Amino acid sequence: MSRRYDSRTTIFSPEGRLYQVEYAQEAISMAGTAIGILSTEGVVLACEKKVTSKLLDNDGSAEKLYVISDNMICAVAGMTADASILVNNARVNAQSYLKTYNEEIPCEILIKRVCDVKQGYTQHGGLRPFGVSFLYAGYDDRYEFQLFTSNPSGNYSGWKATSIGANNSAAQTLLKKDYKDELTLKEACELAIKVLSKTMDSSNLNSDKLEFATLSLSKTTPGKVIHKIWGESDIDALIKESGVLDEKSQDDD
Amino acid sequence: MDIILGIKVQDGTIIATSKAATRGISVLKDSDDKTRVLNPHNLVAYTGESGDTVQFAEYVQANVQLYTMRENDIELSPKATASFVRNQLATSIRSRKPYQVNVLIAGYDTKTDTPTLNWIDYLGTQVELPYGAHGYAGFYATSLLDKHYRKDMKVEQGLELLQLCLKELETRMPIDFKGVYIKVVDKDGIKALN
Repeated sequence: MSRRYDSRTTIFSPEGRLYQVEYAQEAISMAGTAIGILSTEGVVLACEKKVTSKLLDNDGSAEKLYVISDNMICAVAGMTADASILVNNARVNAQSYLKTYNEEIPCEILIKRVCDVKQGYTQHGGLRPFGVSFLYAGYDDRYEFQLFTSNPSGNYSGWKATSIGANNSAAQTLLKKDYKDELTLKEACELAIKVLSKTMDSSNLNSDKLEFATLSLSKTTPGKVIHKIWGESDIDALIKESGVLDEKSQDDD
Repeated sequence: MDIILGIKVQDGTIIATSKAATRGISVLKDSDDKTRVLNPHNLVAYTGESGDTVQFAEYVQANVQLYTMRENDIELSPKATASFVRNQLATSIRSRKPYQVNVLIAGYDTKTDTPTLNWIDYLGTQVELPYGAHGYAGFYATSLLDKHYRKDMKVEQGLELLQLCLKELETRMPIDFKGVYIKVVDKDGIKALN
């Protein structure tokens, strides 16, 4: 019987649920993990790359990390094609705010606007909800560094550390255990690696399977936000430094 | 021949607007207030085509207040307010019937503790100034302001300088502008003197 309420996004089931939205969320919980951690000096976003083929001609750009504006970046879990529509929408919104007010868009305003689009697809007929969750890392002078998530329903929330995608509950438990308020950016990066190394099913962690980005403030120009999407060599160096591989091999022995 | 004058001093911004509302050769009202409060630290003073002015000022006022409501009581900064107004006028001048409104925006940025004065005309020209005026008042007042304005002035000295300008305007202007309303925007918000 429940089939009757499956096909339309906009119709409640007798139990008061929107199945299509729930299915979209379900799809995301199978996508590659993405985690975000807030530190005193900045925010780190890290994702697991699912498709890794030797034949894939990679141009070096990240597939799940996007720069939205000068003060915001985001990580994606779910359908990348849907995500690019929303990322484009977010970029347009950020630039149009900058054009009208001559100031960078505050993080929450932008997230709210993107979420309004997502929400619209759970209410208007004949449309499919966006199959993506986001992790947003941003900086503005109202609340400084911020980390948000949003899901297909159009809800969003702010976090100190969180994860989306596959194994997100396991990652969240690890984060809850190891997160400290006074984390430096470097410590946050190491924590991200540590958590990913435990939630990913692959045995050997390397830059082929990871994407990394950080958002921090410039040390030379005050108020300038620096966002960096890491290259392969940086990621490998971090993995080495964090020592997760050593721990792994010890476990194997 | 409306008068609007603005002077930015160290701890605030002063705005003076004439009380006369005129149409043709008649004075219709001698207690017309040519300002609107946008938010607790932003005040707009306007001159121009009589119907357009109030319409535009109240449109801007409504939008600035809408922003505050939507964004959990966060005020739009003076810089953002001025940019928004400039953007509206720049869009308007490219439409079929543009607003013929010139404004001065007195603001106080509570985050950086700095007063600002923004001068914007109907073409969408926007400049941040230490002192400024729209209309004929500028011809009489700017030379006085050039000579007597000092960067380190406080509100009190700013008001003295304003009185000097008003005295000149009263002697030189061909019509009676019925005096002025004086308002000050500082860290505590907007207050009306006299």
